[in-house]
Amino acid sequence: MTFKATLLAAGAALALAGSAAADPVKVGMITTLSGGGASLGIDTRDGFMLAVEAAANPDLTVVIEDDQQKPEIAVQLADKLIQSDKVDVLTGIVWSNLAMAVVPAATAQGKTYLSTNAAPSQLAGKGCNPGYFSVSYQNDNLHEAAGAYAATAGIKRAFIMAPNYPAGKDSLSGFKRFYEGEVVSEVYTQLGQTDYASEIAQIRASDADGVFIFLPGGMGISFVKQYAESGVGLPLIGPAFSFDQSILQAMGDAAVGVLNGANWSPDLDTAANATFVEGFRAAYGRLPSVYAAYGYDTANLLLSAMAKAPVSDTEAFRAALKEADFASVRGKFSFAPSNHPIQDLYVREVVKEGDIYTNKIVGTAMTDRGNPYEDACKM
Amino acid sequence: MAGGPAPPAPPETRPLSAMLLIEQALNGLQYGIMLFLMAAGLTLVFGVMGLINLAHGSLYMLGAFACAAVAAATGSFWLGLAASLAAAAAAGALIELSVIRRLYARDHLDQVLATFALILILSEGTRWLFGSFPLYLDIPAALSGPVRLPGGIDYPLYRLALIGFGLAVAAGLFLLIGRTRLGIRIRAGEADREMIAALGVDISRLYTLVFALGAALAGLAGALVGALQSVQVGMGEPVLILAFVVIVIGGIGSINGALVGALLVGMTDTLGRALLPVAFATVLPPAEAGSVGAALASMLIYIVMAGVLVMRPGGLFGRA
Repeated sequence: MTFKATLLAAGAALALAGSAAADPVKVGMITTLSGGGASLGIDTRDGFMLAVEAAANPDLTVVIEDDQQKPEIAVQLADKLIQSDKVDVLTGIVWSNLAMAVVPAATAQGKTYLSTNAAPSQLAGKGCNPGYFSVSYQNDNLHEAAGAYAATAGIKRAFIMAPNYPAGKDSLSGFKRFYEGEVVSEVYTQLGQTDYASEIAQIRASDADGVFIFLPGGMGISFVKQYAESGVGLPLIGPAFSFDQSILQAMGDAAVGVLNGANWSPDLDTAANATFVEGFRAAYGRLPSVYAAYGYDTANLLLSAMAKAPVSDTEAFRAALKEADFASVRGKFSFAPSNHPIQDLYVREVVKEGDIYTNKIVGTAMTDRGNPYEDACKM
Repeated sequence: MAGGPAPPAPPETRPLSAMLLIEQALNGLQYGIMLFLMAAGLTLVFGVMGLINLAHGSLYMLGAFACAAVAAATGSFWLGLAASLAAAAAAGALIELSVIRRLYARDHLDQVLATFALILILSEGTRWLFGSFPLYLDIPAALSGPVRLPGGIDYPLYRLALIGFGLAVAAGLFLLIGRTRLGIRIRAGEADREMIAALGVDISRLYTLVFALGAALAGLAGALVGALQSVQVGMGEPVLILAFVVIVIGGIGSINGALVGALLVGMTDTLGRALLPVAFATVLPPAEAGSVGAALASMLIYIVMAGVLVMRPGGLFGRA
């Protein structure tokens, strides 16, 4: 009798566990796959899909869409994914302005959004939401890392520069938050600017002993090449976006020796990271970028939550996400109450290994860093 | 305070030295000359054929990609430069023969639509061929590094070379248009295309030639500037907008106007970016001065364009 009861209970438990695992999850990925910013979205997608394919979980399906880096397209895609594809989870947006256009509406419709990159301050503070998780960072973090480390790196008088748009202003205030030296000049450039001769002349004429730049994508490539050519030669520091794997090969020797604040690096010494970097290189024939690393972590976070709770039970599923019970390529990783990461921030240096330009960690800038907007988040 | 030495200026408002001003003027000159190479082709095509070619920026991108690919394969920037000229001219001729030819009789809106389609086709085609990651193209070793100019300014040699090279190309273009038979035909085509066709000039071949010439100039500019910037899909569109500003200021169809307009835009933009934040710093706190100055500097060329259009609606050298 007791034996039979035990068997029954075990059977019921098995059936329950089976039903939890068999609850299919449909993910809608909106990312940039065409236009000038495509390399970022492609890395996000490839990192994410690497983890999805390694897990081979038949309950997980992914629908991938290209937002062309345009907010209005991203909004249309989100509507389509939610209403017609009936996805449970959205992810993949690279740019903060697109995230602002999509995330609040998606969470308001009860969907869960996992950010693989963009994490604007508006979504960390007052605008935080139980359905929104940033797996990457909060936008200020990598600038903070550069600022916290700049004085250690011998930059006592910094010339700081960013494009004149919201993320550029956040970048400079993030840098200044933990910078212990003096800011001698603060310059805003045009978004998408390609010629920096005028700014480089100002750097030469200033009495700065180091330069902080936040110039993502093509802007950074242009600046670094022109800066190297000018012979000014002051040390450069920036956030990882300005010196990432996807653009280093186009900068070439001009980038060698540049410091950049990051929360991940291909040489970060964790078992999960070694598996990731090797797997990525084998699958795609190139080194992964930070975007690929965030995509990979996001997929693994999602898989870990799927194993714990059915996606139909929104509350339990989000609680499972919040536990962050997965092996992050960054090693230590947990969520703060605002669903933004608490993690270590590093400073990397651009090096040349054989024919490949890549980054190596040279120091730890901050440990267990959360974000400055945490107190404004009420949930 | 009275009678004492003047208080030292805070670091952000350091007075601009004459040297810095000269360096910025050189930067403006170099920027303007590169814009001229872009705008010359655009204005020629519009002047001779009455065609608005939005795909001009794509030819600029094509030149940069051809240069980067050939330079990477052969190790020689100069071969890359030759390849950029050849590739852009060939692409220009091909586009003229296959697409543009059908558009001369249509109105400008049809031309804009078709050439916009060309932008999308060329951009995605380039991505398909070269991938989404920016390509590497470096300055040739002979022209790398700074040189010391009289007066003690360290100035990048490559930018100086660009100024010289751009001026030489501009001079060549003026000779071509002012002194050769082809130039006479081009000017005649601008003035009265039915008449020169009636005189027995093969107008369709002339159009193909002019279009290929404009494309080659754009490709050349793309390769020269690509070595300073990033070679990536979509690099042509921001330059295209500036090139349109240049030809609107200079007068559509006028090569002289394109040169003056390009130098005006290059100087205004560079000096505006350098001087406006300093000017605002005398009345505003530094951080605000930086952001207000930068915002106004980015509008400056459009303000100049609006001003020119109010004074001379046909542009500086345009036929009103």
